Amino acid sequence: MKVICFGVAKEITGAASIEVAIEDAPDVLSLKRILLQKYPGFIDLSSLRVAVDEAYAADDQALCPESEVVLIPPVSGG
Amino acid sequence: MAEDLQIILTDQELSAEHCRKFVSVASSGGQVLFTGTVRDHTRDRNVHHLEYEAYAPMAIKEMTRIANEAQWRWALKKVALHHRTGTLSIGELAVVVAVSAPHRAAAFEACQFIIDELKKDVPIWKKEFFEGGEEWISPRP
Repeated sequence: MKVICFGVAKEITGAASIEVAIEDAPDVLSLKRILLQKYPGFIDLSSLRVAVDEAYAADDQALCPESEVVLIPPVSGG
Repeated sequence: MAEDLQIILTDQELSAEHCRKFVSVASSGGQVLFTGTVRDHTRDRNVHHLEYEAYAPMAIKEMTRIANEAQWRWALKKVALHHRTGTLSIGELAVVVAVSAPHRAAAFEACQFIIDELKKDVPIWKKEFFEGGEEWISPRP
């Protein structure tokens, strides 16, 4: 499953997108856990939201390989 | 999109006057315009320029959602919400919010709501470039 990174998330993972096995991250909460383990830099962020198919996703939202999954570190528009 | 809403995400220069004209209609007595510009400093350092990055399809969806909510809550006549991406210099416009309503109270409140919500939820990020470095900006708590 491809996970796209924006903003400081690109620096934390070192890439514009990363691959995560769907078995390791069947839902948003488990994806966040895997990310924290693999990239400890995420711990310092005041927030990390996940968007699935262009909408904010709750922790219990299921993920599938066809989903567009995007990491949303703290936004700073405006 | 409804013709009384104009949502734009662009790397081109923004125009506050364009937004003001868009929302001005004969039936609205009050128009409020907010412009956000690039500041020359943050806390203790001088900013050279900014770069704005957006998750574009979702940014447009969120901007549209926010504008729709404001229009419904305050019975606005028209809303224009424009945000710029890419490299911006000091003083340049990063965002323009324009609303029109029959009376001014609604226009003021709606405009504030829109920019406040944009800053909370729209997936746009700014990176500051200053002497000696660069940093992704976190919003003030």
